[in-house]
Amino acid sequence: MELLVALSIGALTASGVFLTLRARTFPVVLGLTLLAYAVNLFLFAMGRLTIGLPPIIDPAQGQYADPLPQALVLTAIVIAFGMTAFLIVLALKARAELGNDHVDGLNLAKDEASLDHTLPPRKPQKQAGKTI
Amino acid sequence: MNLLAFNLPFVVLLPFIGAIFAAWSARFNRLAAAWVSGFIALSALVTLIPSAYQVFSGQTILQSWDWIPAIGLYFSFRLDGLALLFALLILVIGILVIFYARYYLAAKDSMGRFFAYLLMFMGSMLGIVLSENLIQLVVFWELTSITSFLLISYWQHRKEARQGARMALAITGAGGLALLAGVLLLGNVVGSYQLTDVLASGNLVRNSPLYLPILGLILLGVFTKSAQFPFHFWLPHAMAAPTPVSAYLHSATMVKAGIFLLARFFPILSGTPEWSWLVGGAGMITLIIGAYTAFFKHDLKGLLAYSTISHLGLITLLFGFGTQMAAVAAIFHIINHATFKASLFMVAGIIDHETGSRDMRKLNGLIKYMPHTAFLAIIASAAMAGVPLLNGFLSKEMFFEQAVTASQASHSAWMIPILVTIGGVLSVAYSIRFIHDVFFNGEPINLPKIPHEPPRFMKIPVDLLVIICLAVGIFPNLTVAPLLEIAVAGTLQSAPPHYSLAIWHGLTPALIMSLIALTGGILFYFLRHRLFKFYDQHFRQIDARHFFNIVMNNLFSIANAVTHRFDKGSLQNASAWIVFSALFFTAYGFAIQDTPLFGERPMLPVDAISLMLAIGLMLTSIVLVFIHRQRLLTLIVIGMIGLVLSLTFVKFSAPDLALTQLSIEVVTIILLLLALYFLPQATPKEIGKMRLWRDGILAVLSGVGITLYTLAVLTRDYQTIADYFLANSVTGGGGSNVVNVILVDFRGFDTLGEITVLALAGLGVFAMLQNMKLPAPKNDIEGRLWSNDSHPLIMQTFTRLLLPLMIMVAIFIFLRGHNLPGGGFIAGLIASVALIVQYLSNGIHLTSEHFKVNMNWAIGLGLLIAVTTGLVAMGIGFPFLTSAFTHLNWPIVGEFEVASAIAFDLGVFLVVVGATVMSLVQLGRLSFASHHPKAKEQK
Repeated sequence: MELLVALSIGALTASGVFLTLRARTFPVVLGLTLLAYAVNLFLFAMGRLTIGLPPIIDPAQGQYADPLPQALVLTAIVIAFGMTAFLIVLALKARAELGNDHVDGLNLAKDEASLDHTLPPRKPQKQAGKTI
Repeated sequence: MNLLAFNLPFVVLLPFIGAIFAAWSARFNRLAAAWVSGFIALSALVTLIPSAYQVFSGQTILQSWDWIPAIGLYFSFRLDGLALLFALLILVIGILVIFYARYYLAAKDSMGRFFAYLLMFMGSMLGIVLSENLIQLVVFWELTSITSFLLISYWQHRKEARQGARMALAITGAGGLALLAGVLLLGNVVGSYQLTDVLASGNLVRNSPLYLPILGLILLGVFTKSAQFPFHFWLPHAMAAPTPVSAYLHSATMVKAGIFLLARFFPILSGTPEWSWLVGGAGMITLIIGAYTAFFKHDLKGLLAYSTISHLGLITLLFGFGTQMAAVAAIFHIINHATFKASLFMVAGIIDHETGSRDMRKLNGLIKYMPHTAFLAIIASAAMAGVPLLNGFLSKEMFFEQAVTASQASHSAWMIPILVTIGGVLSVAYSIRFIHDVFFNGEPINLPKIPHEPPRFMKIPVDLLVIICLAVGIFPNLTVAPLLEIAVAGTLQSAPPHYSLAIWHGLTPALIMSLIALTGGILFYFLRHRLFKFYDQHFRQIDARHFFNIVMNNLFSIANAVTHRFDKGSLQNASAWIVFSALFFTAYGFAIQDTPLFGERPMLPVDAISLMLAIGLMLTSIVLVFIHRQRLLTLIVIGMIGLVLSLTFVKFSAPDLALTQLSIEVVTIILLLLALYFLPQATPKEIGKMRLWRDGILAVLSGVGITLYTLAVLTRDYQTIADYFLANSVTGGGGSNVVNVILVDFRGFDTLGEITVLALAGLGVFAMLQNMKLPAPKNDIEGRLWSNDSHPLIMQTFTRLLLPLMIMVAIFIFLRGHNLPGGGFIAGLIASVALIVQYLSNGIHLTSEHFKVNMNWAIGLGLLIAVTTGLVAMGIGFPFLTSAFTHLNWPIVGEFEVASAIAFDLGVFLVVVGATVMSLVQLGRLSFASHHPKAKEQK
C-alpha cells in the first residue's frame, strides 16, 4: 500500500512540475494545484498510513492515526485554495493588463505555434507594403 | 512599585512610541509635530533624571528582563557614568535641535516625517548607550544606521541626498555587520553578552587567541560609524541632510557612537600594542587629513564636516594612547566638541537659511547684517580653535599634554607632538577661515537673498550652547567636573586618576604647543590664496567617493552578471532552475549518505479497490500532461484527481481531511471555470522540442525522486509527538476530535496565522479585481456562441429549496466539529458552497439583493472574533488563546459540552466563508459585467 501511495505522489509531482514549467498561465496554475495535492498527500503520509483508526477519541478504540499531520494538512488544503484563487486572479490581471496569457507577458513566444482561431481577435496590423 | 526599577527601557522606548504620535499629529497642524517631539524628548529626559542621582553617588544601575536567555539574549539596560553622559548629550542636544528645526524647515517640508525620523533616531541612539546586552546594543546600532539613512535622504527629490544616504548606509551598515561578528566572538570568549561580565574579563579577552579578530572587527564598526580614515568619506556627503540633522547626527551624536564604543571597550581591549597602532594610527591620520581638507572646503558645511572628522580623529587618537589620563581628555573633548560643533552647525544652517548660500566665496561681511549670529559664531569657532577661556582650550591643552607624555613612551614616538601641533595649526586656520571669510572680508557677492537676522527663537539653542562653551571654559570645576568625573569612572570601570581642570598650569610644553598652533594658524590663514591654488592643482582630484563608486559599480556589475546568467527574463527558465537545483542538492544529499534507502517497517497489504484507484490516479496524472492544451478537459480531470484524493483520505483514517478536500474541490473547480471564461480556451502548442524534453526530464526525475523519498520515510518507524495531543484532547481541550482540538486549541496560534493568510488572499483577490476590464469571448473554442439564456428555472427552484438544508448541514458540521469530524474549516466550506450555488443559479444581482452581507465584513469579523477569544484568555491571566470548556445540562437537549474554542472556530468559519465566497462572487461579477457592459455603466 505504501508503494501505491508513494507512486501516486510521484505521478502527481511529475505531472505538476511539467505543467508548472509551461508557458501559459492557466496550465501553470493547474500545475501548482497538482503540486499542492502532491505536497498535501506527502505531508499526510509523514504520519504513516493507518486504516480504520480515525483520531477521534473512543474508549473502544485503543490506537489512533497520527492527528498532527492531519491538522497540518487540513489548513494546508484551505491555504492552497487561497493561493490558487490569488494566482488565477493574478493571471486574469496579467491578461487584462498585457492582453495575453503568456507567463512572460509575450503575445506569441518564438517557440509557439500560431493559434489564431482560439485567441481573441488581435488588432488588425498595418501591412508594410500596402499603399493607396 | 518603584519607578526606578524600570525607567531605563522607557527612556529608550518613549521616542519610538512618540515618533508615531509626531507623524500623526502633523496631519492636523504642521507645527504640532515639533511640539509633540519636544514634549517626548523632554519626558524621556525627565524619566532619566531620577536615576542620575544614583549614578552621581557612584552606583551602576542595571535593569534586566529575560528575552531568550538560552542564547544569552536579555532585554537589559545599564546606566553608569559614561552612559549617563551620552544619554544627556543625546537628549539635551536633541531637544535643542528639535527647537531649532521647528524654525529651520520650510513650509513645504513634511514636518511629521522629519520629526518621526528624528525621534526614532534619538531612541536608537539612547538604546546604544543604555544597553547592557551587547546583542541588543548591536540591534540599536543598526537602527541608527537606518534612521540616519532616512534622515540624510529626507529631501528625497535631491540626487545628492539620495546618493549621500546610500553611501552612509553602505559604509555604516557594513561596519555594523563587522561589529556584530566582533561582538559575537567577544561574547563567545567571555561566555556572556552582558556588559557587566564582559567588562570584568579584560585579561581573558586580551590573552585570548581571538583578541586580534575581535579587536579588528569591533574597530571596523567603530571606524565606519565615527568616520575614521579610511572610511571618513561618507560624512561630508551625508551633509546633504537638513542642517538640524547634520548638527545632531553628524557632529554631536551618531558619529560619536563609534567613540562611545571605544570608551565602552576601553577597559578590556586597550593596553596592547595592536590597540595603540590601530586606534592611534587611524586617529592620527584622520586628525591631520580632516583638518587639512577642512581648510580648503568652500562650502560652509563641508568645512564643518571635515573639521568634525578631524576632531573625531583627535578623540580616537587620545583613546589610542591607552592611558587613563588620555581617556579623561578624550571624554572631556567629547563633551566640548558636541557643544561647540552643534552650535556651529546651527549657525551654518542660519546663514544658509537667511542668505540662500553656503559658499564662502560669496558669503562675506555678514557681520553687518547679522551681528548677533556673528557674535555666537565667533565664540563657538574660538572654542573650536582652542582659544583660552573657552571649553575647547581646556581639552586641547589636555590633548597636547597627553601627546607629550606619549612621545616619551618609545623612541619612535617623538613624531607625535609635532604631528598633533600641525593638526592644531590647521584647526586654528580653518576656524579663522570660518569667521573671517564669512563675517568679514568685504561685501557679500551675488547672494540669492538679502541677509538678515533669523527669528529670535531660532538663535536660542545656539545661545544656550555658546553659554555652555563659555561656562565650561571659565569655571570648569563648577560646571562640568562632576559629570566628567563619573563619566571617566564609568569608562575606566575604576576610580578616575587625578587630574586638574585649571586654566593656568604654568608654562608647560602643552601651552607652548597651543601658542604655536594659534600663531601658526593665523600665518597659515594669511597665506590662503597661494595655498588654495596649490590645493586646486594637486589635491582637488583626490576624492574617496571616486574609489567608493568604483567598488560599488564593480559589485553591482558582478551581481548583475550572475543574475543574468540564471535569469533571462523568462519565468519558465527561472522555474526550471529552481526545480533543477532542488533535484541536484537533494540527490547530492542522498548520495553522500551510506544508510540504506529503505527501512524495515512492514508495508500494509494492498486491496483491489485501492490498487484500481491508485492506478487510475497515476494514469490520469500522466494523461493530463498530454491533454493539457485543452483547458476545459484538463480542469475536469483535475477535479477527478481531487475526488480520488479525498477517497484516499477516507481510506487512511482522516475523515476531516476527506471532508475538507471534497468541499474545497467543488469551490476550486467553480473558481477555475469562472476564470477560464476569460482566458483562451486552449494553449498554443510549444514548438521548442528541446524545452519540452528538458521539462519532461525534470518532471520525471522529480516524480521518481519524490516517490523514493516518500518510500524511504514510509518504510521507517518514527517517534511522534502526537501522543500528548491524544492523551490530553478530552481532558485538556474538551473535545474528542483530536484534529479539531489541535486546530482550535493546542495549535490555535498557528491556525490564527493561517486564517490571516487566507483572509489576505481573499482581500488580494478583491483588490485585484477592482476596475478590471476583460473582453469576454463571443464564442467558445468550437465556434459556438455563448448561451444568452437567463438562469434555468428548475435549477433556481431546487437550489432555493436546498439552501436551508445546506446551511443546516453546515451548522451541524460546525457544532459537532469538536467531537466528530467537522469544524470551522469544513463547515465554512460547506456554507460557501451553499451560497455559491445560489449565486450560480439565481445570478449575482438577485442573490445580492436577497443576501445583503458584505464579505469584507465577514472576513474582518471572523479575524476579530478569533483574536478576541485569545485576548479574553490573556485578560483572565492565561496565555494567549487558552481555551476553557464546561458541561451544561439543558432540558430536552441533555448534557453537552461548551468549549470556548468554539468561538475561535466561529472566527475560522467566518474567514473561510468570507474569503471563499468573495473570491468567487467577485469573479462572477466580472463575467456579468463583461456580458452586460451597459448594465454596469448604468449602475
